[in-house]
Amino acid sequence: MIRRSKLLFTVVSLAVVLAVMVAGCAAPAAPGPAPSAQEETAAQAPAGSEAASEAVNEILVGAIYPLSGSLAATGVDLKNAVELATDIVNNEYDLNLPLAKTAGLPNMGGAKIRLVLGDHEADPEKGAAEAERLINNEKVAALVGSYNSAVTATASQVAEREGVPFLNPESTSPTLTERGFQWFFRTTPYDKLFAENFFQFLDEMKAKGYDVSNVAILNENTLWGTDVATLENQYAEEYGYNVAANIPYEANAADVSSEVQKLKAAGEAVLLQASYVSDAILYMQTYKQLDYAPTAIIAMDAGFVASEFVETLGDDANYILSREVWALDLAESKPIIKAVNDMYKERYGTNMNGNSARAFTGMLVLADAINRAGSTDPAAIQAALMETDIPADQIIMPWKGIRFDPETHQNTLGSGIIVQILDGEYKTVWPFDLASAEIVWPFPKWSER
Amino acid sequence: MSVETTLLVQTLVSGLLIGFVFALISVGLTLIFGVMDIVNFAHGEHLMLAMYFTYWLYTLWGVDPLYAVPVVAGLLFLLGVLTYRLVIRHVLDAPMLAQIFVTFGLMVFLRNLAQLLWSEDFRRIGDTLVTGRLELFGIFIGTPQLVASVGAALTTGALYWFLKNTRTGWALEATAENKEVAGLMGIDPERMFALAWGLALASVGVAGALLATFNPIFPEVGAVFVLVAYVAVALGGFGSVTGAFVAGIIIGVVQVMGGFLWEPRFKTILVYGIYLGIVFIRPQGLFGRR
Repeated sequence: MIRRSKLLFTVVSLAVVLAVMVAGCAAPAAPGPAPSAQEETAAQAPAGSEAASEAVNEILVGAIYPLSGSLAATGVDLKNAVELATDIVNNEYDLNLPLAKTAGLPNMGGAKIRLVLGDHEADPEKGAAEAERLINNEKVAALVGSYNSAVTATASQVAEREGVPFLNPESTSPTLTERGFQWFFRTTPYDKLFAENFFQFLDEMKAKGYDVSNVAILNENTLWGTDVATLENQYAEEYGYNVAANIPYEANAADVSSEVQKLKAAGEAVLLQASYVSDAILYMQTYKQLDYAPTAIIAMDAGFVASEFVETLGDDANYILSREVWALDLAESKPIIKAVNDMYKERYGTNMNGNSARAFTGMLVLADAINRAGSTDPAAIQAALMETDIPADQIIMPWKGIRFDPETHQNTLGSGIIVQILDGEYKTVWPFDLASAEIVWPFPKWSER
Repeated sequence: MSVETTLLVQTLVSGLLIGFVFALISVGLTLIFGVMDIVNFAHGEHLMLAMYFTYWLYTLWGVDPLYAVPVVAGLLFLLGVLTYRLVIRHVLDAPMLAQIFVTFGLMVFLRNLAQLLWSEDFRRIGDTLVTGRLELFGIFIGTPQLVASVGAALTTGALYWFLKNTRTGWALEATAENKEVAGLMGIDPERMFALAWGLALASVGVAGALLATFNPIFPEVGAVFVLVAYVAVALGGFGSVTGAFVAGIIIGVVQVMGGFLWEPRFKTILVYGIYLGIVFIRPQGLFGRR
């Protein structure tokens, strides 16, 4: 009898340990380690990749994205985008984009960029490991990535230690540019700006006569979601809105009935939600099932703009508002967007979205910097990145351009928009002067559709 | 009913509904452990396969998931027997670590196979016979969830009846109790093991087919459900079908109600807290026989 219990205990403990490991494989892990100031590398001491001073035939650039695991579908979008950008740089295209009209990098004798992919599986530790591998084994000249803020944090920490430029096109956690890193550059506007956009938008809705005073904040609990919630709480107080509920939840949920019930208990409010895609879909299905219809659902991008969101939910995805950095209907004012999207759609079968558009843009910015550096020496690329100045008409984003702040290396010319899903399509509804559709407000009740 | 009571009852109902599904998934896991002391780490992936089979039957041949249930159960039964004969049989007498790694390896293999064959895209079954929602006194009950719960209860009931009331069922239980002595009594352990795997996977097949009517389907979908199953098996008692069933329901309710009454992000803590509690207080579980 005692032997049996011991056996049981051993098996059970091993099961728990392995189960937790398995859970770690499936779910995004906890926020990365705290940044340390001593990680700063002086500009003239790059470790890692050797600088090739003679003519090079190809330039290796590492791209670290969630190619498998829970965010693999998003990872596919990102990979396709950087591959498309690489192709545009490497070959001749008649487009008003950096390096499109030439084949390869003109300042390096037409040398082409070769992408080396890394898969972080939405795990910060794996992201760091991939950064190590790409820098030390594959000898890439620079890195681009990684979508998940938690992974970008750790992967860029490796790059900082090794003295390799890391260009981040799509992670929006504010802390990423507050670490005092020298080798980290970010093109996308970030969550601080976006969170404030929400309240500017709500103020303007109030001015239009809509009754808005309560917000409910729902967020996944990794680095990104937690940062978003902190900012939303901060701006809610600043702009004078009452926070009716604050509900952090564990990402990659199987069942969200408790959370939705808590939201229902909080009463009438505008729901501000930060979720990655599988949670976003599960929540929408649960809202429908439990008949939860807040005044509006304003999402912080991520899962709500991933391709499977509308694909999986169909009509049930309608009327969601999301901050976005990009929308297909911006093509009406910027033809280059349509041109690039057509290329993307022809090769990969779906339209671009905010994620792929930003990854695409980031890759072009990096290529442009390498070209201006005229070498694969990391310090030269870093210097070139500092001097980046790409005008608005050469990017497919609704930004005023790309210029990095000398201290934080954050692109200072970015801005956000708010879109609404109408008839399965993302339509720009704010700023009102860029809107291509009339906003539907409040969120129609499920029974009234 | 007041708003608070309605919300509480709704939460309880939601917990029960998901609990029944957890229960059915756990029943299969406990059966395998009970009969041969092996933890099937690939159990979640078997659930995932059942969901995919249901999806393909629906998408390619228009078979409604409700009708697909027996088909998928049958397919998974065969898969169970196959898994036993091709894979598990070879590690029956191997060290426990080897057994663990075999099913763990199977888990990784199946998950990545699904990613390769069917991509990471989320699938969702559209309108089915069970689409919709019932409303009783202000409580919402999703029809797919209700059907899944009823199906889970019926399947567990059928399995239980089989185990207690048929000769083969008794033979299975005898093998679980002591396989050497059962062998001496003329029960072929090989057949029993294969049967255990077949039945376990068949019940997961039913769970998967019913889950597919309301849950998104993707390669990692098994991971979350199987973690609950491990806890349910420990809580209910390794090898006890009744135990796993009751435990699954308890966990469903605790998870949803606990999340609502306390904080949603701590609901997993509650579930694993139960697990730790049981391991220390009563290691053989609620209905454990050893």
